[in-house]
Amino acid sequence: MLDMTPKKLAVRKALRINPAKTCQPVGAMYAALGVHRCMPHSHGSQGCCSYHRTFLARHFKEPAIATTSSFSEGACVFGGGSNLKKAVKNIFDIYNPDIIAVHTTCLSETIGDDLNTLIQQLDIPAGKIVVHTNTPSYVGSHINGFANMMSGFIKYLSEKNAVPNGKIGIFPGFVNPGDMHELKRIAKLLGVKYIMFPDTDGTMNSALTGHYEMYPKGGTTIQEIRELGGAQHVLALGEITSCTPAMDLKRKCGVDFTALPLPIGVEATDRYIMALSHLSRREVPAEIEEERGQLLDIMIDSHAYYGDKRVAIAGDPDTVLGLAAFCLELGMKPRYMITGTPDEKFSKKAKELLLKYGVTDCIAKANTDLFELHQLMKNKPVDLLIGGTHCKYIARAEDVPFVRAGFPILDRYVHPYMPLVGYRGAMRLIELICNTLLDRQDRDAADKDFELVM
Amino acid sequence: MDAREAVLDKYSGRVFKNRKDHIIELDEAGIPKEIAANSRSVPGLMINRGCCYAGCKGVVLGPLRDTVVITHGPIGCGYYTWGTRRNKADAPDGRNFIQYSFSTDVQETDIVFGGMKKLHQAIKEAVEIFHPRAVMICSTCPIGLIGDDTKAVAAEVEKEFGITCIAYSCEGYKGVSQSAGHHIANNGLMQRVIGSANDEVKEKAFRINILGEYNIGGDGWEQERLLKKIGYEVVAVLTGDGSFEALTHAHTANLNLVQCHRSINYIAEMMKTKYNIDWIKVNFIGIDETIRTLREIADYFDNDEIKKRTEEVIGEELESIAEERKFYRSKLEGKTAGVFVGGSRSHHYQNVLKDFGVKTVIAGYEFAHRDDYEGREVLPNIKLDADSKNIETITVQPDKEFYHVALDKERFEELRRQNVELEYYKGMFKDMGDGTITVDDFNHYETEKVLDIFKPDIFYSGIKDKYMIQKKGFPSNQLHSYDYSGPYACFKGAITFARNTYLSIYAPAWKMIVPPWRTKPTLEGTMGDENYA
Repeated sequence: MLDMTPKKLAVRKALRINPAKTCQPVGAMYAALGVHRCMPHSHGSQGCCSYHRTFLARHFKEPAIATTSSFSEGACVFGGGSNLKKAVKNIFDIYNPDIIAVHTTCLSETIGDDLNTLIQQLDIPAGKIVVHTNTPSYVGSHINGFANMMSGFIKYLSEKNAVPNGKIGIFPGFVNPGDMHELKRIAKLLGVKYIMFPDTDGTMNSALTGHYEMYPKGGTTIQEIRELGGAQHVLALGEITSCTPAMDLKRKCGVDFTALPLPIGVEATDRYIMALSHLSRREVPAEIEEERGQLLDIMIDSHAYYGDKRVAIAGDPDTVLGLAAFCLELGMKPRYMITGTPDEKFSKKAKELLLKYGVTDCIAKANTDLFELHQLMKNKPVDLLIGGTHCKYIARAEDVPFVRAGFPILDRYVHPYMPLVGYRGAMRLIELICNTLLDRQDRDAADKDFELVM
Repeated sequence: MDAREAVLDKYSGRVFKNRKDHIIELDEAGIPKEIAANSRSVPGLMINRGCCYAGCKGVVLGPLRDTVVITHGPIGCGYYTWGTRRNKADAPDGRNFIQYSFSTDVQETDIVFGGMKKLHQAIKEAVEIFHPRAVMICSTCPIGLIGDDTKAVAAEVEKEFGITCIAYSCEGYKGVSQSAGHHIANNGLMQRVIGSANDEVKEKAFRINILGEYNIGGDGWEQERLLKKIGYEVVAVLTGDGSFEALTHAHTANLNLVQCHRSINYIAEMMKTKYNIDWIKVNFIGIDETIRTLREIADYFDNDEIKKRTEEVIGEELESIAEERKFYRSKLEGKTAGVFVGGSRSHHYQNVLKDFGVKTVIAGYEFAHRDDYEGREVLPNIKLDADSKNIETITVQPDKEFYHVALDKERFEELRRQNVELEYYKGMFKDMGDGTITVDDFNHYETEKVLDIFKPDIFYSGIKDKYMIQKKGFPSNQLHSYDYSGPYACFKGAITFARNTYLSIYAPAWKMIVPPWRTKPTLEGTMGDENYA
């Protein structure tokens, strides 16, 4: 496995090998799938749309709907306006969404299609909406695409002079429907009135009924996105993902926001709950405190297995930061934290976090790839690897225990339904991490050392 | 309203005008029908097609295990073609590039100032780290638009590093589907790779190439196993578990077997012109089809020992699957199916379904051409549109040294009379009829419609449809990725296919979808309850 990866690291300036990121449009598509009765539309070649739908379907094991402008060579020369016009008419005619969310691609960006103008020239049926965002694939990553699509909705829809509605806007970051569900559950337990945006809980985890609904019941409604303009405050979870749209909402509608880390682990979940409680002036209910206590109980019960274990974590920036924070809370020490998303905030945040726990020998790097992570691991090995499915090759090559967490997970089931966030999410993470470590201990134990009780 | 009209009913004038020629009802009489194919998709329809890059890098070049294929462009394209197609490869020397993804990860500055320097540097780094013999460059959309001269970079690095480097201009917007990319990849392989080794003319022997076999789930390995057992030597496979090295010797084979006609017929034809190597359309999907294929190859070589071994191998294989074959046939007989795949499999899989008594009632291709539906006899009548004309057609000349002595004309004609598909493919339509329906470049809406109308017992398609179809209550298996199973080829593969089909149709969960409280009352009470007294 990965036999040609040499131990010796060489500086690479141009060649990306085994990336830990993908391009903006897929993030935009995912964000748009979290809006009720929305059709994501890819303005570019039909291959982009096909790849993105495929990839989302593989992670979520759900239909990922989206349409394309199907650029031909001619459209590249004359511009994609005519293709967009035809597409929008056909989408409303045939698939009847309430809103079409257009995102661009490297193709339409390079030829310079001006979506603002093109959309103004469209003949949009009464009561229907078309919004857009710019997602050039050659800038940032899918994380930025997700954020940009959110900004696109906000810029078109959120009302400037909305009536204050006392609701808390919750921007969940690039997470699974299971996470969004958990974030909402906590908010409901606190009795907080909220707007979750986007919200794929209900759209990317829909039930099997024998009747296919192209637009399932979930998703942030258009009305809710409008109402974001009148929200009391926004909690932008995942500072690297959610700050841009939160800033855009503040700029447009004057809604203040608080940036928080993804609520993964004890402290980050505490902060989420404290913020909700503070903003809503509601006390934290006993049920939540009970859950927290249970989590702590499990952490103490199983603490012996984590001590000083060295961990490598790869994936999306906010997810990696959250997972690292919880690993530290468990008593493990990250040795590598890497993301493909090019954002130096990641390394800065990672350093702050590591410093808090006195870890000084961890390499935290943005804008890198899994090939480099593998080379690093060959030089200084780790006891545990946490990341998306692509890490499984490294785990096999180096025979390292491996926990799947984050995006994308292409080779396992159920994960989109389950949270990483909140105290319940932390319990699940312990189950994943502890079981993986114990399975390894079992596997490696000699018969005489094989334990019944652990 | 017949089925076809029902599918088209919702469309507005313009869409109707376009789609009506892509949906064909086939009647019993077997009268030849014309279908519109390989033309632009209608923007806004949720189609299953990919792009030119997907056909070139994803399909044809990606499976080459000993080659560094660098995607020149932003990160997404290279990322999505990394390990997702299940073109398995096993490098005996441990040099297997299939587990890797290489990209120039082009950034905004490269778009503005050009990406050639970065591409050059990327190849330099690949050479320094991996020492490959061959590097291939696949361009993505923006590269063509900014005008990077990737061929010039390829020429430079060839001189500089002593490697073979081939640049493919397979930008996603070219052509109308993956199909354009197949053609572009075929051209490059023919011009630069096939026949490039310094071979000597080999004696006439049972040397064959398998063309258009991508080793999805190990299909190619299963074919090779049988062919070797019979006594053939497989020179090269294009391109499943294929290697640059093997391809350079492909011109020394005596016969080309064409499995996927759509993606590789260009090379088959060019090798015929250049080396006079005959090609024969084979099909290793399905039990009867595999038998037919093996016998036809043996007929081609017309050697008694080979013919004897062929029958022995068929006998052994049939015996090894006899019991399971009977079981799955008993479970599947009388079922109906829909089959929608790329450009050849929708035809191939109808045959294995037939083996188990399953009737295909709806079928279609994503990106096939008219000849894949109607047979190669329509080739002279196909009018090239602008999109097709933009894809280069190369011409090759007979090679002085390696021009084979193939079959004499008489024998060739004789085999053709026996329906051996020598230099010929009959297309899918001839195996369909009975009011079944074919849809070209099928989309999400049409898929839903045909499911509602035909209510097949199982629907074979890809991952983009799969979950929608299942939500509607129909079992759905993927014929692109085999649902991470396989091989599906040859005798044992047919059993694996049947087993997966059986498991999908008979999954216990299908019977539990409706909760009991929807059909049975949960509240019970009696009249005159004494508690109410």
